[in-house]
Amino acid sequence: MKVLIPGALRSYTERGEVEVSGATLGALLAELDARYSGIRFRIIDEQDQIRRHIRLFVNGEQVRDLAQPLNAKDELVIVQALSGG
Amino acid sequence: MKRKSTSTTGKKKPAAARATSARAVTLLIATRKGAWLMHGDAARKKWRVDGPHFLGHVVSQLALDPRDGRTLLAAAKTGHLGPTVFRSTDRGRSWKEARRPPAFAKAPEGEQGRAVDHTFWLTPGHRDETGVWYAGTSPQGLFRSDDGGVTWDPFSSINDDMQYRKWMGTVQDGTPDGPKLHSIIVDPRDSAHMVFGMSGGGVHESKDGGKSWRVIIDGMEVVEGFNFDRADPTFHDPHCVRICPSNPDRLYQQNHCGIYRRDGAGAWVRIGNNMPKKVGDIGFPLVVHPRDDNAVWVFPMDGTTVWPRTSPDGKPAVYTTRNGGKTWQRLDAGLPASQAWWTVKRQAMTGDTQDPVGLYFGTTSGELWMSRDEGRKWNCIAQHLPEIYAVEAALLD
Repeated sequence: MKVLIPGALRSYTERGEVEVSGATLGALLAELDARYSGIRFRIIDEQDQIRRHIRLFVNGEQVRDLAQPLNAKDELVIVQALSGG
Repeated sequence: MKRKSTSTTGKKKPAAARATSARAVTLLIATRKGAWLMHGDAARKKWRVDGPHFLGHVVSQLALDPRDGRTLLAAAKTGHLGPTVFRSTDRGRSWKEARRPPAFAKAPEGEQGRAVDHTFWLTPGHRDETGVWYAGTSPQGLFRSDDGGVTWDPFSSINDDMQYRKWMGTVQDGTPDGPKLHSIIVDPRDSAHMVFGMSGGGVHESKDGGKSWRVIIDGMEVVEGFNFDRADPTFHDPHCVRICPSNPDRLYQQNHCGIYRRDGAGAWVRIGNNMPKKVGDIGFPLVVHPRDDNAVWVFPMDGTTVWPRTSPDGKPAVYTTRNGGKTWQRLDAGLPASQAWWTVKRQAMTGDTQDPVGLYFGTTSGELWMSRDEGRKWNCIAQHLPEIYAVEAALLD
């Protein structure tokens, strides 16, 4: 499925859009990390919580649960929250 | 004037104590917005700027592995992304991320776990333990790497110990930008002898490489007027603890409640009581002389009223003692005489190992100052950097 990568994480992917598969959000992020080592920990902490200033959207809907099922036609957008100054 | 070091152990002087007059110093500068290296010439008069590295990253510390003279570790995060450690094996020309950065153990199902917000402190291990590094984090945790910083493991004896967790308190109990485990010290004579500080949570010592720990807070004062129990580490906030390379039985400490010295297994002695009363003995950084265990430098700050954390009265100055804290002298030649409201954070002041010792500090306003003569005269060697968090004086190979 298509994953849109924010600018802050393109040092890992070197592009703004990648194709990664996974039956769940958690599985997809594991696959993303297997391909781009270290990227998952920058957005998901060691307690499997989405980091405070990161938002994940599947088909435009915000998701917070790594167990969220996905299918091949979904689109995941990883976003830096509009926070900070 | 040179003084003889006073080792009480009779053991051979650690290598770190020897003067390195011929080596060029490189300053490793960590800031709120990235890292810089400044390569000096042998005379420490000309500096070549290399950076920024990791522009936009909050870099808590940049440290050299003195065992190989070329491996650098950087503790970094951004405002949005989680923490990591970057590693260079070619003196900063290229960087690779740690495969497993410091992270707490996953909590059992149904329990609240902790997540590292940032790695705050990096300490290379003993010179005989190649590849060993230690890290302190916020929230407070202690971590070790055995492979030069590629992978990191938590010290369960601290991070999961319920007594230590109580002393650490919650995120709200710490300093404004998060409670920190810092000042990780490895005795140059004995890799199993370690010390660290917790802000807050006291000072702790291990004689068995971190399997077990004991509290060393005897003699340390607590904030007056609240009936806090001095015997409870919760109420102690060591800001910076340093070991004397020339006499590792001696520790110095800049604390929330003053400046202290500790010899052997004795109690801490508040040597800051001998500072001028108008200036006080509150501050964050403390630098020890590499070859003289009686010589120390501190940078006092305004810790009155609401804790402005500025130079007292807007007049920055370093203070030094050359007699173990009996007397102190003000060293402000070359520094602004008035209306300078910056200060220096706990990792942002350091010394090199040359003779005379070069001293360096970075300010909260992004200036880098140095002295080639142990503090008698100061020069500003960089301006307009982001807020400086840490400065290290390294000898690259």
